[in-house]
Amino acid sequence: MSDIPGDLKYAKSHEWMRQGEDGIVTVGISDHAQASLGELVYVELPEVGSELSPGDACAVVESVKAASDVYSPVEGVVTEVNEALADQPELVNEQPYDNGWIMRLSDVNKDDVAELLDAEAYQATLEED
Amino acid sequence: MARRTSLYEQHGTAGARIVDFAGWDMPVHYGSQIDEHHAVRRTAGMFDVSHMTVVDLSGVRVREFLRYLLANDVGKLKTAGKALYTCMLNENGGVIDDLIVYFRDDTHFRVVVNAATRDKDLAWIEQHALDYDVAVKERDDLAMVAVQGPQAREIAAACLPQTGRESALALKPFNAMSIEDYFVARTGYTGEDGFEVILPAEQAPGFWKALAQAGVVPCGLGARDTLRLEAGMNLYGQDMDESTSPLESGLGWTIAWDPAERDFIGRRTLERQKADGVANKFVGLVLQARGVLRAHQKVLTGNGEGEITSGTFSPTMECAIGLARVPKGIGKHCEVEIRGRQLPAQVVRPPFVRMGQTIVVVEPHESEES
Repeated sequence: MSDIPGDLKYAKSHEWMRQGEDGIVTVGISDHAQASLGELVYVELPEVGSELSPGDACAVVESVKAASDVYSPVEGVVTEVNEALADQPELVNEQPYDNGWIMRLSDVNKDDVAELLDAEAYQATLEED
Repeated sequence: MARRTSLYEQHGTAGARIVDFAGWDMPVHYGSQIDEHHAVRRTAGMFDVSHMTVVDLSGVRVREFLRYLLANDVGKLKTAGKALYTCMLNENGGVIDDLIVYFRDDTHFRVVVNAATRDKDLAWIEQHALDYDVAVKERDDLAMVAVQGPQAREIAAACLPQTGRESALALKPFNAMSIEDYFVARTGYTGEDGFEVILPAEQAPGFWKALAQAGVVPCGLGARDTLRLEAGMNLYGQDMDESTSPLESGLGWTIAWDPAERDFIGRRTLERQKADGVANKFVGLVLQARGVLRAHQKVLTGNGEGEITSGTFSPTMECAIGLARVPKGIGKHCEVEIRGRQLPAQVVRPPFVRMGQTIVVVEPHESEES
């Protein structure tokens, strides 16, 4: 049973998004996603300043067995990336919703945020699989 | 409906993540693929490889048949139980499969072929066996467990029928013997010492449980792949197939050219290739930057392009390694294209790791120099 915190928004492609009070959002991959991938050994991060549209492949997470794209859940500009993942990609496995975050975005399109799933709806998509 | 081995229930109990592999429900890992990998390098791990196809061949002309069917020469097998790794080629010298053949007695041989190639292998073997009056019997009543690692033989021997424990420990590498219903071979696909045990399917769960109780770590197909890659062992369908010559797949050593009068399927094509020279060679690569090597990435060299056939992150070396088919004269360095970027890699001769030790000399990575 995977962990799906109730205070986050989710994309069907298994990214989560947390809204900060300063208008900056934090993005990572869900517990379900990290468990499916297995132990991560490399994370390729986006460049700070990149302008992303929803669905843009912006990062790559690689486990021993395969590489997977991470898609931006919303339109926005990358303000910060989680540099700690360069040396500790396993943080994504260990703490997918905390220290395993991937990037932060500013100038986020609110319409895109409204399109994302809440925890319950995301849970339902997992049960369909 | 995927097929399940007689150990399927054990996998569930041990918390396996199950994936489809060649039509079989198989464990890919039991929680941590990397921990499983280390267990095999450091202590002992076990793999359910019952999905592999065991075929018994019998007949008065069985040796003559296999000397024609296989590129390596079973004529080398003089003592009962001796094993040989070989390719089975088509007329064009392409690899139908790679397999291990065991000499049992003058009228009985056993071969173990890949699960993914079962149907075409059996069809090919049966087709040619007719001319030699050799009986071909698939043994789907048997299970197969590989126990691998520095402590594997000792622990596994204690779980074998009492009558054969001592003689099992006395087996030399690439030799096998029957102990009651068990067929025990000192072979493997990890670069470590150990046994591959073929036994009646209904006895496999008991053997598996005894091994687990003795501390052997259950390992999935994920660790099997990283271990074999570190050991520089080819994977059929990835590193070679019917479109590639063994001479371009690092398998030239498995072709028995002598005696010259032995005709085997594919021989004429291979002799022509050998005389004309092949354009490519098969090498190991160590990525000298962050990232992971993967099959089908492009290799850039001064002499043209090559391709990675297998790549992964090596848990033992803690960096990316791969096998690649590249133009001859590649030299000691090349670049690999990963998502549009060209990253430096060192060219090495596999294996990368054997018996718990990294044996390739890895140069410092660029990122560590700067």
